[in-house]
Amino acid sequence: METRVDAMDGLDEIIGEFLVESHENLDQLDSDLVALEQDPGSTALLASVFRTIHTIKGTSGFLAFSVLESVTHVGESLLARLRDGELTLTPELTSLLLEVVDAVRALLTDIELTGAEGDRSYDDLVGRLNAVLDGEAPAPVAPVAPVEVAEVVPDEAPAAPVRALVVAEAEAHAEPEPEPEPAPEPGEAAEGRRSVADSTIRVDVTLLDSLMNLVGELVLTRNQMLQNAAAREDVDLARTTHRLNLVAGELQEGVMRTRLQQIDTLWSKLPRVVRDLSVQLGKSVQLDMVGRETELDKTILEAVRDPLTHLVRNSIDHGIESPADRAAAGKPVEGTLVLRAFHEGGQVSIEITDDGAGIDPAKLRDKAVSKGLLTREAADRLTDHEATSLIFMAGFSTASALTNVSGRGVGMDVVKTNIERIGGSIDLSSEPGRGTTVRIRIPLTLAIIPALVVTAAENRFAIPQVNLLELVRLDAVQAASAIENVHGAPVYRLRGRLLPLIDLREQLGLDAVERETTYVVVLQADNQQYGLVVDDILDTEEIVVKPLGNQLRHLPLYAGATIMGDGAVALILDATAIARKVGMALESELNAAADLGAADASDIASVLVVELGGGRRAGIPVSAVDRLEEIDLAVVERAGHHEVVQYREQILPLVRLDRVLHGDAGLDGGSLQVVVCRKGEQRAGVVVAGILDIVETDLAIRTALDSSSGDGSAVIAGHVTELVDIDQVFAGLPGHDRLARTA
Amino acid sequence: MSQYCTFVLDGHVFGVPVASVQEVLRAQALTSVPLAPPEVAGLLNLRGQIVTSLELRARLGLPPRPADAPSVNVVVKTADGSAVSLVVDEIGDVIEPPREAFEAPPETVPASVRALVSRVCKLERQLMLLLDTERAAQVHDLV
Repeated sequence: METRVDAMDGLDEIIGEFLVESHENLDQLDSDLVALEQDPGSTALLASVFRTIHTIKGTSGFLAFSVLESVTHVGESLLARLRDGELTLTPELTSLLLEVVDAVRALLTDIELTGAEGDRSYDDLVGRLNAVLDGEAPAPVAPVAPVEVAEVVPDEAPAAPVRALVVAEAEAHAEPEPEPEPAPEPGEAAEGRRSVADSTIRVDVTLLDSLMNLVGELVLTRNQMLQNAAAREDVDLARTTHRLNLVAGELQEGVMRTRLQQIDTLWSKLPRVVRDLSVQLGKSVQLDMVGRETELDKTILEAVRDPLTHLVRNSIDHGIESPADRAAAGKPVEGTLVLRAFHEGGQVSIEITDDGAGIDPAKLRDKAVSKGLLTREAADRLTDHEATSLIFMAGFSTASALTNVSGRGVGMDVVKTNIERIGGSIDLSSEPGRGTTVRIRIPLTLAIIPALVVTAAENRFAIPQVNLLELVRLDAVQAASAIENVHGAPVYRLRGRLLPLIDLREQLGLDAVERETTYVVVLQADNQQYGLVVDDILDTEEIVVKPLGNQLRHLPLYAGATIMGDGAVALILDATAIARKVGMALESELNAAADLGAADASDIASVLVVELGGGRRAGIPVSAVDRLEEIDLAVVERAGHHEVVQYREQILPLVRLDRVLHGDAGLDGGSLQVVVCRKGEQRAGVVVAGILDIVETDLAIRTALDSSSGDGSAVIAGHVTELVDIDQVFAGLPGHDRLARTA
Repeated sequence: MSQYCTFVLDGHVFGVPVASVQEVLRAQALTSVPLAPPEVAGLLNLRGQIVTSLELRARLGLPPRPADAPSVNVVVKTADGSAVSLVVDEIGDVIEPPREAFEAPPETVPASVRALVSRVCKLERQLMLLLDTERAAQVHDLV
């Protein structure tokens, strides 16, 4: 890439592309003309030759290269006569046409070197061509083409046409050389630049793929080498492996870059899509593209083509409002759609942002309930962000009227599936009235990915890191209390949310074991989170994905295999396939769990037990708890009568639980223990003296004795514990909006 | 005349064309594949290429090999350009029998074996069963 950029230094990009394209076409033209001489009647060949000359003529006219235009123009006229059968191709005419090709090549070389056509005259050639067009027979001379060019052109240019042919030959033999040896031409050497045609080369993608495979091998061998070298105390070996490490790393990067293409190859189609669609829908949309030069692996680029187009169509169809609506909302009449691509942490992010109507999470909740996809309770417990993500569920469509543009409800879930198939992730954030941003994160390449290595029954398995959310380790005591059974299926309460657990051994048909320590790998797949229970969690490693043999391709749980640092083979697990395998059961469990959650308040409840100071204990329903935080007293600010802190880009009001429950133990230390609670969209930080435990209890012994606490008290773990009514906590707070404005 | 690489399975002599054999490996550490058909012995790393190893005894319906008996991996090339490893008891000689020594498999050969044997070859002392490696390498259509 860079060499090409250097070679084009000082040239307009359009001219550069024109030169590369024309050089390629000219090589084709040479062989076409010779073939045509053998087979003068071939209309296909004539048409191809005609098209090539016509293209060069058209572009040269557009770029104001008048000499080039005049030469190609007469050439084209001659070809038109031939095509229409008014003239027959004779060896003399072929020579004349080849002379045209050589003249064009010489002119292109001049343009490349000087940016202008030079002052050589082609009047003689044009004159001879015109004579033929006027009906005269061409002179029966057939000069050998390259020799003649070498005589005519000034001395700085001659090397290029000849070497262009050399490159063409190399390609014809499918023996691509990374860099053609610069011919030792004194004039050229002084010039110090290669012609555009020489600095790029077309290479078969399968060759690049096999190179990529070999590099993958090298990386693995290097990993083994590093492990072995680390085990010995050999300075020389260490030095050699260090160098091998560096070289292999650079080679990997270099080969990967040969497969990269600018995202613009994909984006360049979009202005037309946007224009057509906005005209069709009577909308006015301005398309901005940032980061066109961001490079991506060719296969990935192909894979995101359709999802990206779909998202852009969606934004215009559903996102951006009609001009009248926009005017009424006080927005500029013209909507803006911004595409942004950039590299971030070894991945590529693509953002599609519109300034349209946005997505109303409440609407999505209602829709999910009315479509029977979620229970009302489950829907209400979703955060706004989770609610907007419902749009990715299968069978979900938000457009109230179906259009022929999008909105048949097959869109977003397919987009998500396609993105996830290539190891990417998609996320949507929206602000009602302000617009929507869809963020796609995709790996740079599919061949080498980071993965987590886990074990089950002595077998090692790799799990692609893109699916990984977090890791949880439970000792036997914790496991006994934290893992519950819902209709016979195990679930784990992860920060108050029910996480279905899937035992890897069970899914793989391996013998079950009693585990002392339970390792849970929390995975995200298909809009679902689940915990995969494994025997052990080893390490993360860069792995090279390799396909499985025919005999095993029908096993859906494996995405392939890879070779570990020690040379052994490990299978790669497909997190989505595991979720699908358990699929239906999982969903019904979740719904059952949601129902159970609703029933919690009355009989069995999960309660966060906190200390209030002075020996008092209180229980907060875990369903209302968002997170536990420790907040430095120094960051507590005041807004009106309320203590607040800035928390996750929001203003979080603090509530002293001891005061709510009538008392004041005076909790001023260096930092505050804060239980972040949620009620609908409102959040509050409940300040307590200490966090003790999470307890499952049936609240059998309870009393309404304490008048201050709405829900009374119960005996939990042998202590009388005041039960916190979460409504009461929020009662003393101003509405969220008002607080935000106060600040 | 073609050359055949021979190997032994449960006392029977089998042969495959030498040209189809990529290499012969001593017992290798295999990675087992849970959920795979029983014929799949595991995966092995052949200089970076991941090769499925098939237990040929199971594939032919022969009794399993005694637990501590040695085994050899015969890696054969398949039509699609990949490779598959066949686990056999022991490797034999390369032989070059005359063309007329070949016959269609007799009825006495068990059906499970006959399905994967294209011809038999009369050797001096016993029969060599010519294995159809393409069919032997196919497992998934059985399950």
